[in-house]
Amino acid sequence: MVERIEKDLSRFKKIVKGKIRENLKKYMSTGEMIGKKGKEFVSIPIPQIDIPHFKFDEKKNGGVGQGEGNEGDPISGDPNSEGGSGAGEGEGQHTREVDLTIDELAEIMGEELSLPKIQPKGKESLETIKIKYSGISTVGPNSLRHFKRTFKEALKRQVSLGIYNKEHPVIIPIKHDTRYRTWKNIVKPETNAVVIFMMDISGSMEDEQKEIVRIETFWIDTWLRHHYKNLKTRYIVHDTVAKEVDRETFFSLKESGGTIISSAYKLCRDIIKNEYNPDEWNIYPFHFSDGDNWSDRDNTECINILNNDILPFVNVFCYGQVDSRYGSGKFIKELSKNFKDDDRIILSEIENRDAIMNSIKTFLGKGK
Amino acid sequence: MVKPSNLTPELYKLKEEIEEYARGYGLDFFEVIFELVDFEKINEIASYGGFPTRYPHWRFGMEYDKLSKSYAYGLSKIYEMVINNDPCYAYLLNANNIVDQKMVMAHVYGHCDFFKNNYWFSQTNRRMMDKIANHATKVRKYIEKYGEDTVEEFLDVCLSLDNLIDYYSPFIKRYEELSDKKEEEEKEEEYKIKSKSYMDKYINPKEFVEKIKIERKAEKEKKKKNPPEPVRDVLLFLLQNAPLEDWQASILSIVRDEAYYFAPQGQTKIMNEGWASYWHSKIMTTKALKPEELIDYADHHSGTLATSPGGLNPYKLGIELFRDIEDRWNKGKFGKDYEECESYEEKRKWNKNLGLGKEKIFEVRKIHNDVTFIDNFLTEEFCREHKLFLYNYNKQTGRYEITSRKFDDIKKQLLFNLTNFGQPIIYVEESNYENRGELLLYHKHEGIDLKLDYARATLENIFKIWKRPVNIRTKVDNKNKVLRFDGREHSEI
Repeated sequence: MVERIEKDLSRFKKIVKGKIRENLKKYMSTGEMIGKKGKEFVSIPIPQIDIPHFKFDEKKNGGVGQGEGNEGDPISGDPNSEGGSGAGEGEGQHTREVDLTIDELAEIMGEELSLPKIQPKGKESLETIKIKYSGISTVGPNSLRHFKRTFKEALKRQVSLGIYNKEHPVIIPIKHDTRYRTWKNIVKPETNAVVIFMMDISGSMEDEQKEIVRIETFWIDTWLRHHYKNLKTRYIVHDTVAKEVDRETFFSLKESGGTIISSAYKLCRDIIKNEYNPDEWNIYPFHFSDGDNWSDRDNTECINILNNDILPFVNVFCYGQVDSRYGSGKFIKELSKNFKDDDRIILSEIENRDAIMNSIKTFLGKGK
Repeated sequence: MVKPSNLTPELYKLKEEIEEYARGYGLDFFEVIFELVDFEKINEIASYGGFPTRYPHWRFGMEYDKLSKSYAYGLSKIYEMVINNDPCYAYLLNANNIVDQKMVMAHVYGHCDFFKNNYWFSQTNRRMMDKIANHATKVRKYIEKYGEDTVEEFLDVCLSLDNLIDYYSPFIKRYEELSDKKEEEEKEEEYKIKSKSYMDKYINPKEFVEKIKIERKAEKEKKKKNPPEPVRDVLLFLLQNAPLEDWQASILSIVRDEAYYFAPQGQTKIMNEGWASYWHSKIMTTKALKPEELIDYADHHSGTLATSPGGLNPYKLGIELFRDIEDRWNKGKFGKDYEECESYEEKRKWNKNLGLGKEKIFEVRKIHNDVTFIDNFLTEEFCREHKLFLYNYNKQTGRYEITSRKFDDIKKQLLFNLTNFGQPIIYVEESNYENRGELLLYHKHEGIDLKLDYARATLENIFKIWKRPVNIRTKVDNKNKVLRFDGREHSEI
């Protein structure tokens, strides 16, 4: 009987892949399973096709929950995603949730999207252990005795006991006073990596677009962190000028006005040049925008910066273009025209939330 | 497909033991046939809604994909499945440890008692196993004859409407089938053009009168409203009135049948799970549990009843309400005297030692469904003790936020979410809307709008059945609207 479900399953997979029944494609969504990262909820993508029904607009409906909190407090997660109103089939199913670590999540994503393992640039991905004598301990071998600290302890003891004589400053350490140097192991990964996330926050990027970028960057971050123990993240936002911000600001800023993409690329270039030696660092710049740039001249400028100052130094440069109502979406065409066969640059167009997973796959699928 | 149980001798002994405890407590159930299966199988059965012989459809594959992934990634695991049938079928996961099996068996007996005795299940087919298998045979036959894509597409259309049934119709006859009432014979005069009697046979020749007669009659027929009153069972209405081919009608009625079969399970989710949890807890803690099994049991039990932050677990709500009812009826915390008592302290200590608790909960499980259950037994004290709250979506912050802890608000919302399954209430209002043979549905708006993109897509599906333009009367942002799909495009009036 397992064969029967296999048949239904393969039918479903064919539909998901768009091989048959294309009209169903529009009801497809990346359903999700809820995992946890610390206190945050994260989702594991599962394609789902929703057969349309007459149903309520959840956002206009409320619900009842259980727990602490005052009026006005937010509740974590989306309560509707927990299947509260399932169709009532399959009575008596008994399920339990289990926690996942962020590393496991990355594994799952890797498997789902069949992402290859990243081949870091540079020689090895070994961690080197360095020893640094930075600590003091009360036990140790004589060869590591710390004279200065030992005498200090002895002095303290003599002063507090009142046997220290200013006229006759003789200090005699006893065993109890002896201090020794100790060392700490410092793990230094041979491979360092930095992600530079750049986002267009001009007026044409709406909340939905930014939410898409937020989800996508979360997963990219998770994946890279899985491969690089020591991942640094930098955030740049830009409209007509670019500035570096912290993570929080990156996702909450809303500006209006025009877009000059080259401003961000210049800042990115400077950060790389000043702080990240490409021989030591794996560098991943990601840029998200709606593809609307100020002028053609600036497009050319961007391409020049990419060509001369960014692409030679990075593992890969990724550009994700989020569809928006206002953007002209032209920038991606410029890039693809100019970097046709260049595998140092990866382009992806993200039409909506459901396209996020595909886009991540495009970005990370080359294992660079 | 009666299959003998494949339990191991050890589990079989357990089953006998638990069954005896269950009967001892007064639970009353059909025979239960346990089957031991591995996780692949249990995921498969669960995907088919409990019926391994269901008709082929991709959505079962989708469900399976989800279940097996969440099992593989350790996110969740199905311990058991019970089918409302006579005999009851129950599937146990073979990887469960013995404590889990015991607990699950006890839980299963709770469900089976509920299936057999709860009023809302009384009209369900107890031979559903066979019926579902027959449905599958039919669907396969159609697939062979008309092709997989055609049949599947039509199934998708029907499934899109499977919530448009009347949840109370198994119990109430809504309207008499349209009987062919004899139209009172009308006087011939009405069809005639006025004339002097001697001119009559020239002005109103016989053929002419006949012709007018027929025309008028047709017109009247048209004006006669179908349905005479709005009907909730949209599927039945379509079955009787839509231009369907035989195989299509057959598939639509299969979908309708199964929707009715599963409906009571949705109507009694909180009660059914609460009841089963109540009994597994009772049987385990008073009878079946061995001292060394305590930790495993406690772990599993608390896992089942855990409430995720902000969520509401039907198992938990159900079991606590049953326990609350039992306690209140044992102590006599009900009735006029209790309700009217003003002193909090006195109310808290209230105990008339009536000992009616057990009798009461058995009565409750017999006659109530989730809506009446909550309506009758959710008390202010209960809400406070269990920290229930009301949440809403806040457009400004884009988050769900707690909006109230008032008892009335909470109860109102819970009842709203449970009424009609948490589904909008939709009627067929007219089948000859605007005298153009168009279908008019009516959404009884109770404060919450329809999800518009879904509503439009659903209209498209109804069009595929009705084959004439379809309309639905509803409200959007407090304005009356009729959404319309004419086969090519959508419009709003």
